[in-house]
Amino acid sequence: MTIHPMISALRKHKAGVVLIALQIALTLAIVCNAVFIIGQRIQRVNRPTGLNEQDLFLVSQQWVGAPAGDDADSIQKLDALQREDLATLRALPDVESVTPTNSLPLLNSSWNGSASINADAKLIGGNARTTYYFGDENFLRTLGLHLVAGRDFNAGDVINKGFRNTTEPGMILVTKALGDKLFPKGDALGKVIYLDGSGTPSTIIGEVERLQVPATGGWVSAFTWNATIEPVRLNANFSRYAVRARPGRLQAAMREVTPALYKANPMRVLDDDSVKSFADIRKEAYRADVGMAALMGVICLILLGVTAAGIVGLTSFWVGQRHRQIGVRRALGARKADILHYFQMENLLIAGIGAVAGVALAIGLNLLLMKHYEMDRMPVLYVLAGVAMVLALGQGAVFAPARRASNVPPVVATRAA
Amino acid sequence: MLAYYLQLGLRSLRRNPVLTTLMVLAIGFGIASSMTTYAVFRAVSGNPLPSRSSQLFAPQIDIWGPQSRAQGVDLPDALSYTDATALMRARKARYQTAIYPVGHTAIPQDAGSEPFAVDGYATYADFFPMFDAPFIYGGGWDAGQDDARASVVVISSQLNQQLFAGADSVGRTVRLDDHDYRVIGVLADWNPRPRFYDLDNNNGFADPPGFFVPFTLAVDLQTETRGNNNCYGSTGRAPGWQGWLQSDCAWVSFWVELPDAAAVQAYRNFLQGYMAEQDRLGRFRWSPYYTLRDLTQWMDYEQVVPPETRISLLLSLGFLLVCLVNTVGLMLAKFMRRAGEIGVRRALGASRREIWAQFLAEAAIVGVVGGLVGVLFTGIGVLGIGLVFEPDIARLAHIDVSLVALTLACALVATLGAAFYPTWRAARVQPAWQLKSN
Repeated sequence: MTIHPMISALRKHKAGVVLIALQIALTLAIVCNAVFIIGQRIQRVNRPTGLNEQDLFLVSQQWVGAPAGDDADSIQKLDALQREDLATLRALPDVESVTPTNSLPLLNSSWNGSASINADAKLIGGNARTTYYFGDENFLRTLGLHLVAGRDFNAGDVINKGFRNTTEPGMILVTKALGDKLFPKGDALGKVIYLDGSGTPSTIIGEVERLQVPATGGWVSAFTWNATIEPVRLNANFSRYAVRARPGRLQAAMREVTPALYKANPMRVLDDDSVKSFADIRKEAYRADVGMAALMGVICLILLGVTAAGIVGLTSFWVGQRHRQIGVRRALGARKADILHYFQMENLLIAGIGAVAGVALAIGLNLLLMKHYEMDRMPVLYVLAGVAMVLALGQGAVFAPARRASNVPPVVATRAA
Repeated sequence: MLAYYLQLGLRSLRRNPVLTTLMVLAIGFGIASSMTTYAVFRAVSGNPLPSRSSQLFAPQIDIWGPQSRAQGVDLPDALSYTDATALMRARKARYQTAIYPVGHTAIPQDAGSEPFAVDGYATYADFFPMFDAPFIYGGGWDAGQDDARASVVVISSQLNQQLFAGADSVGRTVRLDDHDYRVIGVLADWNPRPRFYDLDNNNGFADPPGFFVPFTLAVDLQTETRGNNNCYGSTGRAPGWQGWLQSDCAWVSFWVELPDAAAVQAYRNFLQGYMAEQDRLGRFRWSPYYTLRDLTQWMDYEQVVPPETRISLLLSLGFLLVCLVNTVGLMLAKFMRRAGEIGVRRALGASRREIWAQFLAEAAIVGVVGGLVGVLFTGIGVLGIGLVFEPDIARLAHIDVSLVALTLACALVATLGAAFYPTWRAARVQPAWQLKSN
C-alpha cells in the first residue's frame, strides 16, 4: 500500500485531520504529565519511613496547671509528671513498649537543625541539615528501628532537660544517611559531631538504618533521611508518647490509654486527636498526594475516553462520506482487508503527526510545571509510553468504523449516490 | 424564526443520539472538571481583607546575612523578638502590631466542666483597628494597656459561647492556664481566610482563633510560641527564656498599616535607617537588606494557594480544551453530513446569515444541555473535593448561584466558540455544487 494516495485524500479533509491530530497531541501532553504526577505521588506515599508501622500509635497530651517556668525546680516537677505517665502506659496490659518522643515521621511537627564535624560552625543550608528526635532507651525498640552499627541507648544514658535548654547530650544516634553524609568513608561510628553550631561534642554511638524526618513538605527534600536521635526526655507542659501495642492489640491498647492517664492524673487535657494510630498519621500526611493521584487518574481516563470517542465519530463520518468510493475500490478488486488497512494506516498517519506534536507539547508542559511548581523532569520513558498509548488508542478507536467500511459491498459502486 | 431553528436543531440532534450524547458529555465533563477545580481555587485565592489589602505590609529583615542566603535559606518570614519590639517602639507606621500564636488550657469556672485546649494570638492593641476586627461586645485594649501589660483578653464568639453561653461577658474573668484575664471585648464571627497575619505558621484556612491577649503580657508570662521558631545556629546564645528573646531566632510576625505611597516610602527609609543603625552597633556586618510586601504580595510569597490547586486547575483547563477540540470535530462531521440539506435550503433562498443562525441555534442547544450536565457533575465534584484537597480547604469550596451561572455561561460560550468553525464551513456550502452532485 502506498502512502501517496492516502495523503492526497487527507488533503481534502484538512480540518478533520488537524482536529484529530490536535486532540491526540493535547491528550498525549496531558496524560503523560498526569501519569508522571501520579507515579511521583505513589512513589512518595510508598517510601518506607523506617518504622515498623504496625501496632504503633501516638499519644499527645498537655497538663493543666503544670509549672511553666524553666528553672530547675519546675523542670524536675515536669519530669516527674512525665515519668509517671510513662510508668502508667507501660503497665497497660496490651502495651508492649513506650517511649517519650517529640515527634514521629509524617507527623509534620518537627525540630530541625544542622550537624557539623567542626565546633561552633554556623551551618544551615547544604547537606548537614538534620531533624532531631528525643526519646529514651525504648525509642528504637518502640518504633521498630534497625540498628546497623554500634549500640542502642541504655537507661543510664538518658537525661532530661527543659524545652528551651540548648545543652547538647554527649552521645547520639544518627541515621546511616546522615552518618555517611558527614563521614563519606562510612566510618561515622564513634566519631564526634557538633549540633546546631554548638561547641559541645556529641559522640555517635550507633547508626540507624533508616528514619524519615517528621515533615513531608518539599522543603525537607534535601534531608529527608537525616535524623539525629538524642537520649533526652524533653520537659514541657505537654508531652508525646509513642506506644507499641502487643501484636494485633492496637485497638484495645488505644482504648486503654485515655482512662488510664486520667486515672493517674486528672489535671490534663486529652481530646479526640490525642490518641492516634500511625496508620491515621500516615493517611493524613499523604491525603493530598493520594487525592491528587486519584484526580489525575480520573481525568486521564475520561480524557482517553473522550479522545477515542472523537476518533470514532470523525472516522465514522469519513466512512459515510466515502461510501461510494469504497464501493468502487471493492469493485475494482480491493479485498476487505485492503479497505480495513487503508483506514488503519490513515489513522496511524494522523495519530503519528499528533504524537510528534504531542511529544513537544508534553515536554513543554513538563518544563512549565518544573518552572512554576517544583516538578521534576519527566523521564523520556513516560513520553515514549505515551506515544505508544495514543497510537494504540487510535488503532483501537478506528477499528469499528474501519470494519464497517470494509463491509461496504462492491455493488454500491453501481448504484447512484 | 429562532424557535423554528431550535426545532430543526432538536430534530437533527435526535437523529444521531450517539453523536449528540458524546458532544453533551464531552462539554459536561470538561466544564465540570474545570469548575470543580475553579471552586477550590476561588476559595483559596480570595482576598481576605479587600478594603485594606493594599495598605497592609509585612516587613522582613535580613538578620542572618547574605551567607545564609547563599546556602539557599530565604529571608526569615518572621522577625526576631529584638527587631519586632524595636519596630513597635519606633511606631513609624499608622498602625503596627507584632503577633505570635499561643495555646492555653481554658479552665471553666463551673466545676462541672472539663478544661479544654484553646488557641489564640498574642498581639498589640493596633491589631483590632488595623484588621477591621468586628466586636459584638466591648472592644480591643489600648496602647496604655500594652505598656502596662494588662491582664485583658479579647475572646471569639465561639469561646464566649462555650464559657458564658453567649452572654455579654465584658468585665468577667477567663482563666487560661494559671493566669486570670478580664474580658475586654468579644469578637463577632471573624476569621479572614486565608489568615494572612499568621501564614508563617498555618495554611491559612484553620478554625478561628479563640482569644487575643497583649503581646507584652504573654512575653512576661513566658508563653511559648505555638508557631515556628527558626534559628540560624545557636552559637553564643544565653540559656533560658531571656536567652531566647535576645537570640536571632525568628518567630514574631509583624504587620504595619501604611495608608499611601508616601507612608510606604517613609517606612522603607525608616527600615533602611534602622538596619544601618544596627550595623553601626555591630549587630549586622552586611549591607542592609529588607523587604516590605503588601498583603497580596505576601500571600503570593507564602504560596497560600497550594501547588496542588494550581496544577489541577491547569490540567482541568487542558482537559476542557481537549473536550472542545473534540466537539469541534464532531460538529464538523455532523454539520457537513448535512451538506445536501444546506444546499437545498440555500437554493430555496436562505441566506448565509440564516444558515449561521440555524446551526448556532443547534450548537446552543448542545451548549445548554452540556452546561446542565456540567452543573450536575460539578455538584458531584464539589462533594468529592474532600477526597483530594486538605479538609480545611475542601470545606471552603461550595457550589452557589454564581458558580452555577458561571458553569452554564462557560458551557454555552465554549460550545458556541467550538461551533464557530463548523458553522462557517456549513455556511460556505455551495448550493449549485450540492444540487449537481446529487
